[in-house]
Amino acid sequence: MCLAIPGKVLQAEEQNGLRVGRVQFGGIIRSVRLDFVPEAVVGDYVMVHVGFAISQVDEAEADRTYEMLREMGALEGELPPNDEGMTQ
Amino acid sequence: MKYLDEYRDSRIARALAWEIASVATKPWVLMEICGGQTHTIMRYGLDELLPSTIELVHGPGCPVCVTPLETIDKAIALALRPDVTLVSYGDMLRVPGSNSDLLRAKAQGGDVRIAYSPVEALKIAHANPNRRVVFLAIGFETTAPANAMAAHQAKREGLTNFSMLVSHVLVPPAIRALLATRENRVQGFIAPGHVCTIMGYQQYEALVRDFAIPIVVGGFEPVDLLEAILMLVKQLERGDGCVENQYVRSVTYKGNFPAQQILKDVFEITDQKWRGIGSIPDSGLRFRPEYAAYDANEIFDLEVITADEPTECISAQVLQGLKKPTDCSAFAIRCTPENPLGAPMVSAEGACAAYYHYRRHAVAS
Amino acid sequence: MSNGIKTITEATCPVPLSARDTILLGHGSGGKLSAELLRDVFLPTFQNAELSRLNDQAMVSVNGVRIAVTTDSFVVKPLFFPGGDIGSLAVYGTVNDLAMGGAQPLFITVALIIEEGLSMDVLRRVVSSLQRAATNAGVQVITGDTKVVEKGKGDGLFINTTGIGLAPDGLGLSADRARPGDVVLLSGPIGEHGIAILAQREGLEFESRIESDSAALHTLTVEMLKASSEIRCMRDPTRGGLSSALNEIATQSNVGIELEESSIPVREEVKGACEMLGLDPLYVANEGKLVAIVEHTVADEVLAAMRRHPLARQAQIIGRVQQKNAGLVMMRTTLGTTRIVDMLAGDQLPRIC
Repeated sequence: MCLAIPGKVLQAEEQNGLRVGRVQFGGIIRSVRLDFVPEAVVGDYVMVHVGFAISQVDEAEADRTYEMLREMGALEGELPPNDEGMTQ
Repeated sequence: MKYLDEYRDSRIARALAWEIASVATKPWVLMEICGGQTHTIMRYGLDELLPSTIELVHGPGCPVCVTPLETIDKAIALALRPDVTLVSYGDMLRVPGSNSDLLRAKAQGGDVRIAYSPVEALKIAHANPNRRVVFLAIGFETTAPANAMAAHQAKREGLTNFSMLVSHVLVPPAIRALLATRENRVQGFIAPGHVCTIMGYQQYEALVRDFAIPIVVGGFEPVDLLEAILMLVKQLERGDGCVENQYVRSVTYKGNFPAQQILKDVFEITDQKWRGIGSIPDSGLRFRPEYAAYDANEIFDLEVITADEPTECISAQVLQGLKKPTDCSAFAIRCTPENPLGAPMVSAEGACAAYYHYRRHAVAS
Repeated sequence: MSNGIKTITEATCPVPLSARDTILLGHGSGGKLSAELLRDVFLPTFQNAELSRLNDQAMVSVNGVRIAVTTDSFVVKPLFFPGGDIGSLAVYGTVNDLAMGGAQPLFITVALIIEEGLSMDVLRRVVSSLQRAATNAGVQVITGDTKVVEKGKGDGLFINTTGIGLAPDGLGLSADRARPGDVVLLSGPIGEHGIAILAQREGLEFESRIESDSAALHTLTVEMLKASSEIRCMRDPTRGGLSSALNEIATQSNVGIELEESSIPVREEVKGACEMLGLDPLYVANEGKLVAIVEHTVADEVLAAMRRHPLARQAQIIGRVQQKNAGLVMMRTTLGTTRIVDMLAGDQLPRIC
């Protein structure tokens, strides 16, 4: 469940005592509630579900783990077929 | 889109699948809990990429599918009242109740509106002071904080024409119930990444300790799920049983504190009926007494008669992963998304619906 | 609390909702429910060969002259949106239905159902826009009708247009003509119209404004037909999106269609909006795009002709017609696996799950 997508915070401000931001997803911008991510600032990435940011993307962790994945992917073309014939 | 597209990279996905095939020396049965994860698996055909030794069974993580029949019937009854505006997430509109659904209620003149966010339901209440606005607030732990915030805000703003019909389900008690059944075949779980974004993964430690099975918190994109499966298979091959986190970009051990706090402020734990499964103790959330004025169950006189007829539906076994949708004699014949016999055929994330939409050609041939 | 569950196998399954006794919004969405309505109510009643071909336009011969006729009703809300309004839509939509049959659009009729209380200014704007669109499309509004309904019974304004065109002899474009080996061509990025409308209704903000792609396609189809006569059929994927148009062809021709996901163009903004709302661009409406099934030896020529035209610069080959999985549209995903692109029952709904 729980369709949540990552977006970049372009603007954050207080409106009637509520923290609200403008967040960019690909080519669109949407107003998002930032109540659950009090430390998120402009430039941060947040995961957004039903109009609320539910986490701040840990970019350092994401980049670190993705680097390992990227290396795996780079070698993909050179992988020999295994028992299941799993490679193309 | 950053932090999304790169997790759909086909080379990385295939490399992970290759790695899984290399590491798996025996057959393993794994379950992904969350309907959104089931959706990704079916939509990208991830099970086609996996070696045949890995069997994926699909869990009950579809809050739309497991919302109790009574709740749907109450929502429909409310929608048909001339003074009520019923606001709901889009997913719920086609869910069949005992003899109707919200779309049909709308066709009959009920004021039913879709909201993408609970905030919109509040806006509707402010804009229509003469209407009694009821928000159908369903979801797992992921959605519950946003729903809680709506109630909290309504109370703060002194809204008098707003209430919520609440149905929240919690994941760990459901996993515990599945593991406790005698027929359980699942040897490892992919825990739902967005539920854990809110709650952290501390709660899963008791499960791995009590049942000696590995649990990996997984994300929702193809690379996330394949990486989580690899981590599970590695643990199983080693004979380990611990909690690991694949979805590090969004999930931390302790989870989201402000979100957990609002849940505590607004809701309390209760027993909950899961449609197609039955009642699971301490697996739901209801309003705390301080919020009685916003609880549609309290402020409306809601008496509904729900149907309780046994049918061909094998949803209980599907939701536990004991049977596949394609094992069902009614699948795609008497049971289709337009004419569902049970919960998992209802929402696009239900296992039966996912198989139907993406995979029924394999059944036919 | 509570006595725990003894077994999880007590199923409490819902009663199935059986035969339909009321019309639902989904019956107008272009998906499965619409198809059911045709199959169960209209076709059996109006039995005739031309209707049963279920093309976007009907082709009939009168004293040896082939005439194309089509009719369409426009109920879009909001009435005005980026890239057009109900007036221009009413012209282009009908012109396109004629063009999909290879006909030259000549005349349209305009029938208005206006809700009491609609501003005269709004009506003038719509009618002017309609006339401008007619001029652009080279058609004349030759007759019309106006009705006014009581306040509360009409959603502002509904427009019906009927189009009449001239069909050249020998052209047999029809949805039942696709054959295994044929190629599927798409004229450009999908989902713009549906997302533009949704954005207007829901207040979505885009970095670069998403506009409806509403446009007349008859000059494009003329170029395509000049390039080759081996075009089996053409469809404009409006309500129900690319998926519905292709599913209809697969059903009418009793063939399978396999698409290549990576070749289907989608703009960044449309993609972002769809991701956010949980929508699939394959089901989102288009008003200025067409999909064509062509014999494979002429695919490159037709594609080249399309790309020379301003409305189809981003035209692509997106798939092939095949024998297996007849009646189904399949798609090879970006991961190399295969899945069904199903016909939707009703409208696509945004989801949280």
